[in-house]
Amino acid sequence: MTTTTLAVLVPLLPFLGSAAGLLLGRTAPGFVRPLAVLPTLAAVVLAALVAARQGGGKAIVASTELTPTGSIPIDLSLYIDGFAALVAVLVCVVATCVQIYSTGYLREDPRYPSYAALVSLFTSAMLLVVYTGDLMVLLVGWEVMGICSYFLVGHYWETPEARSASLKAFLVTKLGDVPFLIGLFALATDAGTFEITGVLGAVASGGLDHPTLIALLLLAGVAGKSAQFPLHTWLPDAMAGPTPVSALIHAATMVAAGIYFLARLLPVFAASAAAMTVLAVMAAITMVGSALAALAQDDIKRVLAYSTIGQLGYMAGALAVGDRGAAVFHLVSHGAFKALLFLAAGVVIHAAGTNSLTAMSRMSGLARRIPDAYWTMTVALLALAAIPPFAGFFSKEAVLVAAEHTAFGERDVAPAGAGWTVLVAGLLTALLTAAYALRLWLRTFRGRGAEAPDHGRQPIAMTSVLWVLAIPSLGFGLTVTYLDDWFDGHPLTPTLTTAVLGTGLAVAGAAVTYAVWRTLAARTPVAAPVPHVAHPDAEAGQVEAEALHLPHPAEDPADPGRALLGPLHGPAADGFHLDAVYRTAFVRPVLAAASLVRFLDREVVDTYVRAAGDSAKGLGWLVRRAQTGNVQTYLSALLAGSVVLAIVAVALANAAAGA
Amino acid sequence: MHLAYPAVLAALLFAVGLYGVLARRNAILVLMSVELMLNAVNLNLVAFDVWLRDTLHAGQALTLFTIAVAAAEIGIGLAIVLMVHRNRGTSDVDRLRDTKEQPSAEEKAEAAA
Amino acid sequence: MNLAAQAHGFLSPTGVEIAFVLVGIATLGAALVTVTTRQLVHAALWLVVALGGLAVEYLLLTAEFIAWVQVLIYVGSVVVLLLFGLMLTKAPIGRSPDADSGNRPVALAVAVAAAAALVWVVVDAFRTTWIDLDGPAQGSTSVTGEFLFQHWVLPFEALSVLLLAALVGAIVLSRKKKEDEN
Repeated sequence: MTTTTLAVLVPLLPFLGSAAGLLLGRTAPGFVRPLAVLPTLAAVVLAALVAARQGGGKAIVASTELTPTGSIPIDLSLYIDGFAALVAVLVCVVATCVQIYSTGYLREDPRYPSYAALVSLFTSAMLLVVYTGDLMVLLVGWEVMGICSYFLVGHYWETPEARSASLKAFLVTKLGDVPFLIGLFALATDAGTFEITGVLGAVASGGLDHPTLIALLLLAGVAGKSAQFPLHTWLPDAMAGPTPVSALIHAATMVAAGIYFLARLLPVFAASAAAMTVLAVMAAITMVGSALAALAQDDIKRVLAYSTIGQLGYMAGALAVGDRGAAVFHLVSHGAFKALLFLAAGVVIHAAGTNSLTAMSRMSGLARRIPDAYWTMTVALLALAAIPPFAGFFSKEAVLVAAEHTAFGERDVAPAGAGWTVLVAGLLTALLTAAYALRLWLRTFRGRGAEAPDHGRQPIAMTSVLWVLAIPSLGFGLTVTYLDDWFDGHPLTPTLTTAVLGTGLAVAGAAVTYAVWRTLAARTPVAAPVPHVAHPDAEAGQVEAEALHLPHPAEDPADPGRALLGPLHGPAADGFHLDAVYRTAFVRPVLAAASLVRFLDREVVDTYVRAAGDSAKGLGWLVRRAQTGNVQTYLSALLAGSVVLAIVAVALANAAAGA
Repeated sequence: MHLAYPAVLAALLFAVGLYGVLARRNAILVLMSVELMLNAVNLNLVAFDVWLRDTLHAGQALTLFTIAVAAAEIGIGLAIVLMVHRNRGTSDVDRLRDTKEQPSAEEKAEAAA
Repeated sequence: MNLAAQAHGFLSPTGVEIAFVLVGIATLGAALVTVTTRQLVHAALWLVVALGGLAVEYLLLTAEFIAWVQVLIYVGSVVVLLLFGLMLTKAPIGRSPDADSGNRPVALAVAVAAAAALVWVVVDAFRTTWIDLDGPAQGSTSVTGEFLFQHWVLPFEALSVLLLAALVGAIVLSRKKKEDEN
């Protein structure tokens, strides 16, 4: 088979699996698991084959026009360069891990068939975004992901949190998607094509008339999808979905789509220095803010969600300094270790029977109960904290190096100010990341108190994928010297200054956190355990759904995050009150407008409607009075009418004859 | 003879029959009035036939047919009146009001409340 | 009407015309009594007068065959049928106070309006038209027989079928059902 055929099959297989799963889910439950796992698994092999054949060389471009679409053609086209090939492999690997993990995690769930089909559809949509060479087709995948995230986040729709979270995810990303759509149209109008190659060619020849406007409009969509400030608020709430969904959304698909799109069209953004500056500032705020928020969260998955936002901030920062190689490098390595973190967190929640860090810190021996999750999570947290030689170190260094080069004027893709912003924020975030990663680890696995309950071994489907994902988390960074060819070609290897600076800050952050934790642990007595879920022996998905309802302890004096953040803790735990701002700025006016419309409809419009109905009714009442049943009356009326008509006719005839 | 004489007589007879149809209560009297109206038409037909000197004498032929049809009509009409009288005990036209607007069930409920 | 015609000076009343008008007035009066009397049987009898008057008018218009048919069928059979109907429906003998329905004013208005309209139109149209009654009679039995059986045979036969159908219908309608007999 040609590489093109293979590449077409990669998004198609999960899509077919999803369609078959949706069709057969109820009638043939035995097929659901194979239909969920096998197409995705096949897609991994095919994506790897495509990557191997592409080999980081010249981009594979193929397109076919289905039907004429007016002035600007929309083609089904492929555009596979090193970025696309690698990201596709990542997507497929993570999706396969998630599917396998879900077979264990949602073993008893009655809605598993539709869940698995939606995950497949999600994967397929992301692969479409990755492989397509046409912006309109990309938009299709982009929006399909939006609706899939809505369904998947709302998987436990019995709970109000999940319902509102799914709505929020959908609406907030849509808030970005509207400008995104307008931006795409503006871009296509300027460039005269939806083809990515054509657009890039137009940019290279200076064909864009409004680069800043287009770039800012597109940035809104990217911010919504990739959860960048100020449209990031949906992501922490999206934790109301099942853990594997969080892993899929956060590691490989939804949030990666924005960064990937940005990387693809980077020349469009680079054409506008203002857009690059905005992106840099956005990335910096996102990074630092989310790291602070992560330090204050009590829900283990919310910590990870904020860390995702921060890592996406790194990627956006890399793009702001014009280095898409570094951005996609970090995207891939982050995809691996963040998927691992979420899947391991799922195991932890199942074992601990709670998703509260405070509750976990009050039980001992959790690490012994779940050794697989313990070790793999340790690896992933080290990667997150960018400790050498884990994957995160290399990719984050690539970002910092790019920022440093821009700051000192060695690269001129982006303004130096953007470089400085990203560099400073990145270093600060490195410190904070290490702090919250260590806090998470300490509070999860180094708790003191009653022995953690024993629920037996976790399903093999869940633990095995952890080790599979641990391999890239551990070793992907070491391939950095081979990766240059796949990306734009300039080196991604760390330099001494940034490596020392970044790692030093990370170690410093970790050390401070550890010291604070030790002090607090020595000072505070062992507190009473926090209540757990009612059915700790149920399957993992159900435990998590129940854990969603548990109240989180408001005050925990032993929390190092509280001590470290000081007065910032309250706002940080609440996501810096951004939700309240949104409530004031958007929700309240919309509600007020809705009540106004309701008033207008009920009181004004309906008055006319009711009057129309009442007048017809009144006329009917009058006419009904005339229906006496007396035939003579009817006949009298009939004949009177005839006489009148006859007289009128004669009079008219006379008048006509006279005239 | 002036044509206006029979024509006006026919018109007046017709109007008288009309009044009878609309004003009489007994169905048999209504039938009598109908006969008056038919005869008014017949008079017209004959008068115009004589005036026009039609070789086919369509007017007179039609008059004969009308008389025959009127005979049939009176037979059927009386049979109907007899049956109505037998079933309802009355042959008063204005008491046969089955087609009257009946108040619907909900209006009855409203009236009762 | 007479006044109007005389005013125009067209009329030199002949004997036929005088007879026609006089009989016409009698007919109209009888018809009026028919539709206004409170005695139902009297109404039928006044109807005989009105129909007989019409037969005389037909004779004056030289349509003698139709005149005799009128006498035979209307006076002879239709009125008898109506009298039978009155008897069978147990119509009250003597003055019945409710011979007229409540619809009377409306009926009067409609009838007067119709009469006015018709008379106006007819007089307006035929002010200057005369019937030539001289020459061979146009409605003698032989003439009638000729045109009826030369030109109108088919409608005549169709009419016989209609009469048969009416006969059967009348029998079916007025026959008492078996249940009633029991």
